Amino acid sequence: MPQGKAHVYGDNIDTDRIIPGKYTKTLDTSQLVAHVLEDLDPEFRSKVQSGDILVAGENFGTGSSREQAPVAIKAAGIDVIVARSFARIFYRNAINIGMPVVEVADHNIESGQEVAVDLEAGTVTNLATGDVFKATKMPQVMIDILEEGGLVNYLKKHGTYQV
Amino acid sequence: MGQTTAEKLISSHAGQNVYAGELAIVDIDGVMATDATGPFAVRSFREMGGEKLWDANGVSLILDHATPAPNERISNLHQMLRDFTKEMGNHFYDVGEGICHQLMVENEHVKPGHIFLGADSHTTTYGALNAFAAGVGATDLAAVMLTGKTWFKVPETIRLELVGQLPKGITAKDLILHLVGKVGIAGATYMAIEYTGEAIKDFTLASRMVLANMAAEMGAKTGLVDPDGLELWYDWEATLPDADAEYAITHTIDVSQLKPQIALPNLPSNVEDIDVALGTKVQQAFIGSCTNARLEDLHLAAKVLEGKKVHSDVRLMVYPASRKIYNDALADGTIATLSAAGATIFNAGCGPCVGTLGGVPADGDVIISSTNRNFKGRMGNPNASIYLGSPAVVAASALTGEITNPADVLDSDTWEMR
Repeated sequence: MPQGKAHVYGDNIDTDRIIPGKYTKTLDTSQLVAHVLEDLDPEFRSKVQSGDILVAGENFGTGSSREQAPVAIKAAGIDVIVARSFARIFYRNAINIGMPVVEVADHNIESGQEVAVDLEAGTVTNLATGDVFKATKMPQVMIDILEEGGLVNYLKKHGTYQV
Repeated sequence: MGQTTAEKLISSHAGQNVYAGELAIVDIDGVMATDATGPFAVRSFREMGGEKLWDANGVSLILDHATPAPNERISNLHQMLRDFTKEMGNHFYDVGEGICHQLMVENEHVKPGHIFLGADSHTTTYGALNAFAAGVGATDLAAVMLTGKTWFKVPETIRLELVGQLPKGITAKDLILHLVGKVGIAGATYMAIEYTGEAIKDFTLASRMVLANMAAEMGAKTGLVDPDGLELWYDWEATLPDADAEYAITHTIDVSQLKPQIALPNLPSNVEDIDVALGTKVQQAFIGSCTNARLEDLHLAAKVLEGKKVHSDVRLMVYPASRKIYNDALADGTIATLSAAGATIFNAGCGPCVGTLGGVPADGDVIISSTNRNFKGRMGNPNASIYLGSPAVVAASALTGEITNPADVLDSDTWEMR
């Protein structure tokens, strides 16, 4: 069960602030990590530690289809992203690369607080306050893809989609 | 039970009738990826064990986001896609051919009735053709390259009924900016949009593509333009919604008093009448992108700039949407007019919109742009500010050096386009 320190940001964090377009033309993940969230929070890269949790407001990941956005966040050490809502392509991309994304309609999480995410039960717990938030249910096919660690493994196993 | 256009198109590709909220596995007619997303898609395809494409004729790769390559890293990614093409036999468009979305339509890779996926968020553009078209990421695309299928949650639909006639001189871009402002940056997330009404019946294909393109800026999965009045150069059949289709939301919007619209930094939904920004000094003006770089856009800019000079404090850059458009604009004198006015004309492509190459702004610069996004850092510098407007607004502002209503520099009665 993922548990870690929260890094909290606001609404409408677009893909250019997650990873600027000028840095996305590479297959080298380390080059993506070097610039992750740099126009949003230049301190993020030095603060983030493996196992931390990214928390955001509405419409996280709005904008581009670039899969480099969840790839960069995952490679930076983030285990799960919690947001009030996600932009649709970002949401699908994250699942496809095996990055859990959890939608909670509301939360009171502040930066630095410890958060626990129970993916099976669909709950997000603010360990600093004890408050538990219920996650929106994800379509079964997405749960299956996530359980395989992403779409590449899912298709290697099943050959095609099973709904 | 009646169906929306999206429900009909998905049903016809799922082999059964499906409705909003249901999950469906659908057959895909075609896919495309660019130099920004294609290398990841190719890598994922290989990792899935892919040895041959499900249908080489259904796959297109396009170099448009960083063309010609500005460095060896990107050049090698381009080469990776050329090598893949040689092995797989898919369609391929090299440096200078144009922007992916324009090329898919011009070359009939996407047609009415299709379901088409692109590894680019503005794949919604093909909704202008009465096709269900959605942007996906690279791994989703790789899965289609391998299997010819994807899964969808059938979207609910927002219906935008556009009543009245646009005033003369008001363009499709002004209309879509207005709609993005009204619906909001996430107002159509997970949903389909249907654009309909008398206001758009006479729209050209190019103007319909402007509407469908910026469905992405409302978070929509797809943006379908009512095919009533659509004219194409080949035979096709329309897919129309049933009279008793169920819509999540219907907005009726009177467009008859619309003014030129502008999106203020740093969100495409920060839309206002141009009045609030008039007089803002600009240092760079950009006509390009999958939203507004078609022949009618270049014609409009040329009309504004003919016989005049771009303001000395402004750099005006023009990137046509395809080689065909570039050649047409060369042949009819449009390129000469723009260049004589002081515009810098580039090869067909879309690099500057996304900050990859060409015209990266300086700190403190203000840009007036015909593109679709003005996020912080979008054009390559987080310390610049981007305003979005129609090609007419961009050209008029380039002329005066400040954000300008085109009606102040050109008699709108002489405008023929929407």
